[in-house]
Amino acid sequence: MSSLQSLDIAKRSATTTQSPDARKHVTEVAKLIDVSSCIGCKACQVACMQWNDLRDDVGDNAGTYDNPRDLSAQSWTVMRYSEVEVVENKLEWLIRKDGCMHCEDPGCLKACPSPGAIVKYTNGIVDFISEHCIGCGNCVTGCPFDVPRISKADNKAYKCSLCSDRVGVGLEPACVKACPTGAIRFGAKEDMLDFGAERVADLKERGYEQAGVYDPSGVGGTHVVYVLQHADKPELYHGLPSNPSISPLVWLWKGAAKPLAVAAMIGAVLAGFFHYVKVGPIRTEGGTKDEV
Amino acid sequence: MRMLIRYKDGDRINHWIVAFLFLCAGLSGLAFFHPSFFFLTAIFGGGVWTRILHPFFGVFMFLGFVGLFFRFWRRNLWKDRDTEWMRRTPTLLKGDEEDMPAVGKNNAGQKIVFWAMGICLCLLLITGVMFWQPWFADGFPIVLRRIAVLIHAFSAAVLILIAIVHIYAAIWVKGSVHAMMRGTVSEAWARKHHLLWYREVTGNDRT
Repeated sequence: MSSLQSLDIAKRSATTTQSPDARKHVTEVAKLIDVSSCIGCKACQVACMQWNDLRDDVGDNAGTYDNPRDLSAQSWTVMRYSEVEVVENKLEWLIRKDGCMHCEDPGCLKACPSPGAIVKYTNGIVDFISEHCIGCGNCVTGCPFDVPRISKADNKAYKCSLCSDRVGVGLEPACVKACPTGAIRFGAKEDMLDFGAERVADLKERGYEQAGVYDPSGVGGTHVVYVLQHADKPELYHGLPSNPSISPLVWLWKGAAKPLAVAAMIGAVLAGFFHYVKVGPIRTEGGTKDEV
Repeated sequence: MRMLIRYKDGDRINHWIVAFLFLCAGLSGLAFFHPSFFFLTAIFGGGVWTRILHPFFGVFMFLGFVGLFFRFWRRNLWKDRDTEWMRRTPTLLKGDEEDMPAVGKNNAGQKIVFWAMGICLCLLLITGVMFWQPWFADGFPIVLRRIAVLIHAFSAAVLILIAIVHIYAAIWVKGSVHAMMRGTVSEAWARKHHLLWYREVTGNDRT
């Protein structure tokens, strides 16, 4: 969202050299969302709008409590309501606060062609630096969670910044501040995982045998982690992917193939040049001055 | 010295329009292809302008090539002698053209350039539309867009490699650049490089 003048950049999009690496003692942060304690009040959505000064259009009712119906450039977090029956005739209402997961290995950052338009700070927050965004939509292609949205108004990509501006000055994200049940917590990732483990133990005691913390290793872990009652079936929670990772297509596209292609192009030019040096041109005797 | 018309005015103008648009589309595309080329966005007025302009360069290049296609497709149909010509390219690359089979209006290398560029441009157009922001990208599922960007990048790389070969061949064989600039070649040039075409346009069977 905004560029904090910072030495704490761990990864920078479309950059082949090292990022500033002077500071070594930054704590990795995480936001823990305990789905089992969420009452679906949407205070977090409102706090997000307020702090980030976002006002989405009034949408329409699709027959569920989801409002707005999807993430957008003006809605960086959305409550997803899923009615499921894991055990027959036992309705469960699973409410998941959707938004950027702040991957340790961010697919958006990998796909972005604009240097510095996406950064990952050493504390783990993945942030879009809007003034460098060129609006190509590659981040949408790269994201394993379908989170970034391109604004129709300014053609820039937007998503949850984990309130990097608040965190940068020692505050917790706005959604955490607003949550009335303590379902959203923020702190060092280590502490969040410890707290999550306590919640999981509690849930197991209450009969949720498959409770667990969602911190998917396929993207190197995330800096937004969920406590799920049914961690064995994350898809129940509005299609949360069970094993997200950067698509192999994106790896191929942004991985080894590009340097090889660049090398081939430069090689072709050099091969032509030295062919001319060694063999020389083909001339036509008796032709015009252009032909000899 | 008698000169033969090799490319008509329309052929040349059409060719150079495509060439110019290739340069624009290629440079703007390379800017996004690899970070080491991102500086090329400066030519087009920055990253956002480059993103806006690139698809238009591409679409107009494609349309330009459609024109070239209808002008040149007949002379680029593959013949048995082209296969033989391809087999003997190693000697040609040593600078020895004497042993090469007689060539019509276009040699096998030129024909391959023509068809490969046509195929690459079709792929680039189709896949490019699939992730063209802000108009068409939203209409395609993300997994399709992932496949599209991959094919787009691949066909662009192939197209650029073919263009490098094409440009080098023009520099290598003296008279080619003039032929495409002013349209004419000498009889001697035509006899040496395109004997069958020479016979066709002059009606002269003498070599």
